[in-house]
Amino acid sequence: MATVASPASDLALHERLLEHWETRPGLFGVFGTVDHKTIGKRYLVTAFVFLILGGIEASIMRLQLAHGDLRLVTPEEYNQLFTLHGATMIFWYASPVLSGFSNYLWPLLIGARDMAFPRLNAYSYWTFLLSGVFLYSSLLVGQAPDGGWFAYVPMTRAEFSPGLNLDFYALALILLTISTTAGAINFIVTVFKLRAPGMSINRIPILMWGTTTTSFAALFALPSLTVACVMLYLDRRFGTRFFDAAGGGHPLLWQHLFWIFGHPWVYIVVLPAMGIVSDALPTFCRRPLVAYTVVALATVTTGILGFGVWVHHMFATGLAPLAISFFSAASFAITIPSAIAVFAWIATIWHGRPVIRTPFLFMAGFIVLFVIGGVSGVATAAASFDQQLTDTYFVVAHIHYVLIGINLFPVAAGLYYWFPKMTGKLMDERLGRWNFWTMFVGFNLGFFPMHISGLLGMPRRIYTYPSGIGWDTVNLITTVGAFLFAVGVLLLVINVVRSRLRGAPAGPNPWDGPTLEWATSSPPPPYNFAVIPTVGSRHPLWEKRLEESGRSVLDEGPTLEAEKTTLETSPLDGQLTDVLHMPEDTLYPVLHALALMATFYGLLVRSTWLSVAGAVLVLALTIGWLWPTARALEEA
Amino acid sequence: MATAAAQLQRFHGARARSPGFWGMMLLIATEGSLFAYLLFSYFYLGSMATGPWPPDGPPSLKLVIPNTVLLLLSSGTMYWAESGIRRGLVGRLRAGLLATLVLGIVFLAIQGVEYSKKHFTPTTSAYGSLFFTITGFHGAHVFVGLLMIAVITLRAFLGHFRGGRHEAVTNVSWYWHFVDVVWLCVFTSLYLSPYLG
Repeated sequence: MATVASPASDLALHERLLEHWETRPGLFGVFGTVDHKTIGKRYLVTAFVFLILGGIEASIMRLQLAHGDLRLVTPEEYNQLFTLHGATMIFWYASPVLSGFSNYLWPLLIGARDMAFPRLNAYSYWTFLLSGVFLYSSLLVGQAPDGGWFAYVPMTRAEFSPGLNLDFYALALILLTISTTAGAINFIVTVFKLRAPGMSINRIPILMWGTTTTSFAALFALPSLTVACVMLYLDRRFGTRFFDAAGGGHPLLWQHLFWIFGHPWVYIVVLPAMGIVSDALPTFCRRPLVAYTVVALATVTTGILGFGVWVHHMFATGLAPLAISFFSAASFAITIPSAIAVFAWIATIWHGRPVIRTPFLFMAGFIVLFVIGGVSGVATAAASFDQQLTDTYFVVAHIHYVLIGINLFPVAAGLYYWFPKMTGKLMDERLGRWNFWTMFVGFNLGFFPMHISGLLGMPRRIYTYPSGIGWDTVNLITTVGAFLFAVGVLLLVINVVRSRLRGAPAGPNPWDGPTLEWATSSPPPPYNFAVIPTVGSRHPLWEKRLEESGRSVLDEGPTLEAEKTTLETSPLDGQLTDVLHMPEDTLYPVLHALALMATFYGLLVRSTWLSVAGAVLVLALTIGWLWPTARALEEA
Repeated sequence: MATAAAQLQRFHGARARSPGFWGMMLLIATEGSLFAYLLFSYFYLGSMATGPWPPDGPPSLKLVIPNTVLLLLSSGTMYWAESGIRRGLVGRLRAGLLATLVLGIVFLAIQGVEYSKKHFTPTTSAYGSLFFTITGFHGAHVFVGLLMIAVITLRAFLGHFRGGRHEAVTNVSWYWHFVDVVWLCVFTSLYLSPYLG
């Protein structure tokens, strides 16, 4: 049971806590760790590897399109490139990178020692990694997915695409949904059960509102993708007729299922990123976020409205005008909560005293790009205008302004902001500014002209075009900009690696930030906080200078040093309810993920014995995983 | 400030729902969505069908009605077992779990018999694909539920549960009730709704 300790810097206490929380060195520790900080960093690094892979694919495409009539790649190779590029960026980079931040930060933001389900956390990382390996193993047999990232039937049915290409796609995505679902459940239970005492739900950072909203959205939206991918796989490999018009199926069923999932997914990859800005921007404006409550509610509203707009991806499919009008109106409505957030950020800068450092630059850049991407989104929400733009480069421009502008720029800001916390080292500020301006100029130079090539009528997903029809210049500018942008991303990677090796020491709170993660050392100890804090306000570290503020207690309280435990509190008020025992490091998650991957390879090559053996192993490992420990039984 | 420690004392014993319970509820939420999308697909393709839906007329209810009753009964035995251990009655827990296990296995067996009597296969038409995929997904959930029940039955005989300590039983019972509720939705959609049109 807990004791009350003071002062927090008690060395003996540190030793006792390390005994429970430190991951053992060696191979067992590498594969068995359940520390959310290690898992979070792995998520971030792995997502960046996928970003670079997707970037390489994009660069090859931009070289191919730099001028008309080039023959750098074949049409079939080009199909694989744009499909892999889209799938990689949207599924294996944009969402996992945000999971990385949330995994690393959540327990630190709420004063807990780990996530609610640490082993499940490790499991969602391993399945994420292995699903990506599964997808990219398609390159080894030269049969990468080639149906575009949304893989429309009937083109992707077996009669038009007999290879393994789309089977890799469908199965890899099902694997990934397992990972994302596990992660979503973990985030929700953590935010509602593990907050430090006193941290009522209206005191959590906006990032947590973002990730909680997207976790709920994932739970309700991902099954639609799973169902679609299962049907596609069954149609392709077992001859079912879901999407076969001749057999009573319907190709539009795929589009409905895909976009019922797909549009909430857009918000899944942006809401936590917007949360990063809502939390980091105030630090650089030296004041709390303007209209916290409204921004939090706008986040949730966006997540809910996101389920009601999917048909705007299908305006050109000949649906009834009434349906199109309804979804067009809903798509306009969803701009309102987004605009609320934009005005809250602008007001925060306006009423603050901005300190212009690299994270601030990335956040300001993000606001600009968000507005441009938002306006082109309003344009495509207008059904009549969309008829002209569907499947042109205008849509490509829009999706990149949204995904790079609202995801990658906040991610870069978040990296610069929390890198000192993760490593104890500061990132290079000079290189940081070069980094920002290269990315910002390169991005706009590369992607703004795509609006124009789209309006000129250039369709997306063509591997080349005849030169001399007025598309050459605008495409050349796009290619130059894209490569400049790639150099910018490279500078980010260089800055991370260089600062990791020889950055200046950061100290616990280099930016003078207001939230709990800055109260512990950089990098934090394995147990995060020696003393579980008692939270009295939204800004525990700024209370002395904010007049109307509660009082938090950070250096006195329960230390929970006798066993590996953390506190459980009530969902809304954050009142203490129990002490939770946390699991030890274990190999079950990684073995379970490997067995699951083996099962999926069995399904891919249609080897009955491999899929059955894999499935039996999966079930056996599940039972082993959940079997109670001797300690749990003793307590009973 | 000793409030935290004092609170610990105060709340000790009056335990809130555990994280494991929350995890199970969220799993049920996402699995429920999965079936919602499957049934959406059924009604969507039904509404788009040019010929009669289902193609061979409404399915026979001869086997499925007794089978539905069986599954509902199994929810009853599960509740009986779970409410037993809440009062510390280990014998009732064991008996209830065994009865649930038997009822669940019989349900799957009868479904197998029904499959063998169908005149169509998953590849005959989109209706066949939907029928076998939706009932198959549900059957798979019954199978997983039965595995869970088998494990906690074993644990019940090993003496793992008693009055105040039966979290796994409660979580599994929620899953089992969920599987039954899903079946009622599947039954209403696939078997009863064709008789309405």
